[in-house]
Amino acid sequence: MRITQGTFSYLPELTDEEITSQLGYALGRGWAVSVEFTDDPHPRNNYWDMWGLPMFDLADAAGVLHEINECRRACPDRYIRVCAYDSRLGRQTVALSFLVNRPADEPGFRLGRQERADRRVRFTIHPYALDRPAGTRYSP
Amino acid sequence: MTRPGFTLARPGPGNQDQGQEPAAPGALADDATVDLTAERAGAGVDVVLDALESDLVGLRPVKTRVREIAALLLVDRARSRFGLSAGAPSLHMGFTGNPGTGKTTVALRMAELLHRLGYLRRGQVVSVTRDDLVGQYVGHTAPRTRDAINRAMGGVLFIDEAYYLYRAGNERDYGQESIEILLQYMENHRADLVVIMAGYADRMETFFASNPGLSSRIAHHLEFPDYSLDELAAIGELMLREQRYRLSAAAEATFRDYLQRRMTQPRFANARSVRNALERARLRHANRLIAADGALAKDDLMRLEPADFLASRVFAS
Amino acid sequence: MTDRWSAGVLHYAEMGYWQPDYVPKPSDLLAAFRVTPQAGVPPEEAGAAVAGESSTATWTVVWTDRLTAYDHYQGKCYSVEPVPGRDDQYIARVAYDLDLFEEGSIANLSSSIIGNVFGFKALRALRLEDMRIPPHYAKTFQGPAHGIVMEREYLSKFGRPLLGATVKPKLGLSARNYGRVVFEALKGGLDFTKDDENINSQPFMRWRDRFLHCMEAVGKAQAETGEIKGHYLNVTAATMEDMYERAEFAKELGSVIVMVDLTAGYTAIQSMARWARRNGVLLHLHRAGHSTYTRQKEHGVSFRVIAKWMRLAGVDHLHAGTVVGKLEGDPGTVAGFYDTLRCHQAEPDPAKGLYFEQDWVSMPGVMPVASGGIHAGQMHQLLHYLGEDVILQFGGGTIGHPQGIAAGATANRVALEAMVKARNEGRHLLAEGPDILRAAAKHSRELDMALSTWGDVTFDFESTDTPDVTAVPTLGRGA
Repeated sequence: MRITQGTFSYLPELTDEEITSQLGYALGRGWAVSVEFTDDPHPRNNYWDMWGLPMFDLADAAGVLHEINECRRACPDRYIRVCAYDSRLGRQTVALSFLVNRPADEPGFRLGRQERADRRVRFTIHPYALDRPAGTRYSP
Repeated sequence: MTRPGFTLARPGPGNQDQGQEPAAPGALADDATVDLTAERAGAGVDVVLDALESDLVGLRPVKTRVREIAALLLVDRARSRFGLSAGAPSLHMGFTGNPGTGKTTVALRMAELLHRLGYLRRGQVVSVTRDDLVGQYVGHTAPRTRDAINRAMGGVLFIDEAYYLYRAGNERDYGQESIEILLQYMENHRADLVVIMAGYADRMETFFASNPGLSSRIAHHLEFPDYSLDELAAIGELMLREQRYRLSAAAEATFRDYLQRRMTQPRFANARSVRNALERARLRHANRLIAADGALAKDDLMRLEPADFLASRVFAS
Repeated sequence: MTDRWSAGVLHYAEMGYWQPDYVPKPSDLLAAFRVTPQAGVPPEEAGAAVAGESSTATWTVVWTDRLTAYDHYQGKCYSVEPVPGRDDQYIARVAYDLDLFEEGSIANLSSSIIGNVFGFKALRALRLEDMRIPPHYAKTFQGPAHGIVMEREYLSKFGRPLLGATVKPKLGLSARNYGRVVFEALKGGLDFTKDDENINSQPFMRWRDRFLHCMEAVGKAQAETGEIKGHYLNVTAATMEDMYERAEFAKELGSVIVMVDLTAGYTAIQSMARWARRNGVLLHLHRAGHSTYTRQKEHGVSFRVIAKWMRLAGVDHLHAGTVVGKLEGDPGTVAGFYDTLRCHQAEPDPAKGLYFEQDWVSMPGVMPVASGGIHAGQMHQLLHYLGEDVILQFGGGTIGHPQGIAAGATANRVALEAMVKARNEGRHLLAEGPDILRAAAKHSRELDMALSTWGDVTFDFESTDTPDVTAVPTLGRGA
């Protein structure tokens, strides 16, 4: 299954040109940009691994795209996303976040059901990938 | 959810040369013509070249070289429209010369020129020295160097006294790591970034000799000669005029004398030394006016006299 | 002085309610009223009467007033201006001292300002247009339980509007069938689904059963998409105790959000907002019933005042208009509502109907909700007029899709993401919108079908609630 996290996940995979365009938009608004990756796609996993520090004061997106491709080279079987941070008063949060890489094969989530009193069921979701130890989660 | 099973071709890992200028909409037909004069006017090249002429005194060889580079790039642009050349030309440069000879100013003008000709997307100049690029411990250097490079993307990375990156024989020195990273970017991001390395001629030569990979990537070497006495005097005049001062006839001669003596003394920094000298002269001029009695005319407030220079240590020896 | 306090009746303007030289203090609450006096009543007297009847006055002089520091508590009408183009209508501005109001109470604020004056015979019509809430008063309220920034971090969704849909039909579905609609819509790509305002607990479906089936649908949809999903469970009930019971159950089942109707009343809404913050559950407010008093320009309360009150009260979502949908909404006025909910500082702007500056002193914003007759083919207009911090609800536009509910949801999501992507690339939404949608439809059969089904539907009637300054007609076709 194809997880649909991030701002553009219902569109065809973004080409590098399209990614550059989105980065240009973020940099043009003065947002810092960072690249993150993970092998744990649970929707409540907020803190992905950081690929270097967020990049501040950039005029051009080429440097970010370089980092993205370096990250793709180093971790081709991870989810990789770009986050842009808006530091203005009243926001001070993430302004844009989209995926730029996925594992070739995404096993998806298991829906766990814990039956309780009357018809109440506690639902929990568990990424199948996490059944395997870290480092081997998406290898064939 | 039904999704069409597409995957658009995406240049993924392993594809270098990201961010190249978008491919021309279609090569020109073989019998088409281009008008270079119009192109040159359209790009606003002359604005930059004229600014260079007026900003900087002397530097004839440098100005000529800049014009030549501009011509080369205009022609290269025209050629690529016919499909004759592919890929970005190497534009990395080395500027050699003593301090105060205009290297930073020319770097700024060069960035603007390259931007107007379409070779740099933004045209900003990020100026760094070794301390900005190299760290003090393991793992510190790479992020610092990459950070400077990322900020310079789309423009020029100006590395002053670049030879300090290389300290031969010192194994704990991390400058080499910075050089490796710079080399990678200089090769793979020719369309995104221009690196200009600057410093004293002899030390730059040694630096390049010890790093053949680096020197092979420098496409243009520009030498910045020291200013002649006449040029220094002219620079001084220009600065004074900007600040609304002037030299009396006698002071002109004294000033020349001053410069002649100062040029031979150690740590002479060309235009910078001229600026410093003029600032001290203004200081003495002000004190002279305070000590004097009576009303002052507008010209008195503008005019520097020999006394304002003669007090200098330069005349003592 | 003897004249002022002799028994009998005086004009309001002579009793101190009309003070054209009064300079409002930074701590005063200010209100702007649209006053239509009866024939023969001078405008200053009408303004003074409004000030009086919304503060200390009564119809005759009373000696007990003199036991108080009377002039401190009087509302002061400090400005009366004619409405452009009308000779019978005026905007009166009134200042009230902070001491008139109980801290942190919308019930008291509304009772004070609108509790008494609107039936006053000397006025043919009266409308409360806008209020300025000073920081001194704003800080006594909790404000939104979460707010826009926190909601996005809660859901981990950034950079685009959120999508929702109200379950249709409004009435009659059983709990199990209701949950099916929720599941399909969320699985297909919407972020939220919603109970309608009148779905509380009726004979055809009781609240507990609905909650159980909806949360099953939400859980499954989360597992199938890897995204956080929610369904606004309506906890409105006859008593506060019932509301708390329903909200607690929703929380126990793991819902990220609950919903309340405006008809529950200001006190209930504030209680729920407090509960929502304490329990980490988003609070959606449906503005049920508001158009009875907000829609007509002559008389009532402007929705922008309700919006301000609800932001203070502490809701996280509030319906605020769509501009291009089936319900009332002039672009300038709706922009004013959205600014009131979202901005941290607003300036007076006649074209948006904003009469005062308003500094929210870091109170989080409320996420506006656009709902009612909108569909994917309008996505460019919606993004253009309403911006990014908004929830777009496509009820009929999802459920009525020829290929089914999930397809309808996907169509909306594809259209939205494509439009956001295009906007970021610098394309002009209003001019190029239809092209952007058509290009996106090439990669999405669902969107393609949606555009063929609803492409030409618009709602074209002249607005009844427009700003005074420009006569802006409602959006025309193909704009």
